[in-house]
Amino acid sequence: MTARRTRARSTWADVVLLLIGACFLLPLLWLVLSSLDPAAGHAVKVPRQPGLENFAAVLTPELLFRPLWNSLLLSAGTGMVTLAAAVLAAYPLSRYRSRFNTPFMYGILFGTCLPITAIMVPVYGLFVQLRLLDSLPATVLFLAATSLPMAIWMTRNFMDAVPLALEEAAWVDGASRLAGLRSIVLPLMGPGLGVVFIFVFIQAWGNFFVPFVLLLSEGRQPAAVSIFSFFGQHGAVAYGELAAFSILYSVPVLALYAIVARGSGNSLALAGAVRG
Amino acid sequence: MPANHRTWHVLRYLPVMPAVVLLLVFLAGPVLWAFQASLTNAGLTGRHVRNPEWVGLDNYQRLLQDPVFPLSLALTVLFVAGSAIVGQNVLGLALAVLMRRARPAVSATVGTVVVAAWVLPEIVAAFAAYAFFSRDGTLNQLLGRLGLAETDWLYTVPMAAVVLANVWRGTAFSMLVYRAALNGVPAELTEAAQMDGAGAWQRLAFITLPVIRGSIATNLMLVTLQTLAVFTLIWVMTAGGPSNGSTTLPVLAYQEAFKFGDIGYGTAVATVLILIGAVFGAAYLRLLREQRP
Repeated sequence: MTARRTRARSTWADVVLLLIGACFLLPLLWLVLSSLDPAAGHAVKVPRQPGLENFAAVLTPELLFRPLWNSLLLSAGTGMVTLAAAVLAAYPLSRYRSRFNTPFMYGILFGTCLPITAIMVPVYGLFVQLRLLDSLPATVLFLAATSLPMAIWMTRNFMDAVPLALEEAAWVDGASRLAGLRSIVLPLMGPGLGVVFIFVFIQAWGNFFVPFVLLLSEGRQPAAVSIFSFFGQHGAVAYGELAAFSILYSVPVLALYAIVARGSGNSLALAGAVRG
Repeated sequence: MPANHRTWHVLRYLPVMPAVVLLLVFLAGPVLWAFQASLTNAGLTGRHVRNPEWVGLDNYQRLLQDPVFPLSLALTVLFVAGSAIVGQNVLGLALAVLMRRARPAVSATVGTVVVAAWVLPEIVAAFAAYAFFSRDGTLNQLLGRLGLAETDWLYTVPMAAVVLANVWRGTAFSMLVYRAALNGVPAELTEAAQMDGAGAWQRLAFITLPVIRGSIATNLMLVTLQTLAVFTLIWVMTAGGPSNGSTTLPVLAYQEAFKFGDIGYGTAVATVLILIGAVFGAAYLRLLREQRP
């Protein structure tokens, strides 16, 4: 393989890739440019008089801070409940040999296949019967249940990677199983648990449909729903403000994703999640 | 102490219980509830909210007579086939292949842009796609520059718009799966083929694709399941319209239940969707089992 041939092929691939990349960039570019343009419309254009007026307009407690705080409560709550339940469930599945394990893990995997949007109508019905509508804790528990299958699957894989020998050494020294889990296993799988937490957090933060159906009062709605009701219902839409709000709301998950991607190599975390 | 031993065997699985309870109450519960509620006339308002009446298979009979249902089913198939099986899958593979040949800086930049569309919260992605396809949006602006006629994409060809939007939104997943898969193809295989005079397309078709066929099958299943559940993107862009022109099954279920207040009928639609998901899910598990030694 000659150097010249490699370079020729590279340029061809570069051009095609950049063209595809440009198509993917355009809708994103609209978000960024419109947020800086007080007179923004639907089209991509460089602002004539760029300014931060749009950001200033949405930086109010009821428009931005309360919905973001609700989003944080919802996502952090979901992340913590999911992680706690997933770690507890993963321990026996990873450490004990039993006929129970394989069917359980396949059942879990089947759970990840369930189209969540399909069960939202029945979930609404269930929440009405149980009088759980418009309750933040109940919504957190539901979101945790939807992310649990993936979380258990990932957590068990991470736990499998911690050698049993290390734990056994601790037992010899008189530590209980729980102490071994806390002082040996969990610290060693720290980065993996971080990945699981961030994945669940990102999913909950970005979820629109679940809180849209289950949380009714404005004071409890997360940013995903408030942005829709505010900009969807107010006829003449202020596109600049919509874009500014969208960016402020998206930055946390983009940052979290960047952390995971940097720590584990873009595809690694995903491969762990998908392949098992 | 065999009895003691058996107790321990059961007790040691106690930590699984919180997860099992959550899954039973919030996932298995609603699915079972759906089967039951789809046989009633449960409503959103009025006297059927808390005291729904048993109506047997009426909702399913109505489903078969409702002209919107076959349309919605066909649109769902079109949406999944167009945006997931063809769009995301093929484009994701193409991106992954190209990225191995392009300069690292180019492939990293393009990769970041593609992934950004995927990581964005779904409502934000939906707004961005709406602005892109709307009458005075970016797409028409570009076409205008090229001297082509403007079209109101969301009204004249709503399905094309939502399919393209979903390709934009979701291709990153397939791209990441295929990048990982291609990294696992032994270099000696393709090099040997190259020595024997196989061209780039031949190597792709006869070496690379057969080696990664497991990943292709897995990816097809997963993107199908993800796309089957897409609601927000369509809801924000077209709300299922115009005149049901983009009403896929999740949108139909939502409309019947919450817009027209007929929870029973909406649940029947949702049940159909759950069953379709279950069939694909079972096929996916089977596939995984076959792949494992």
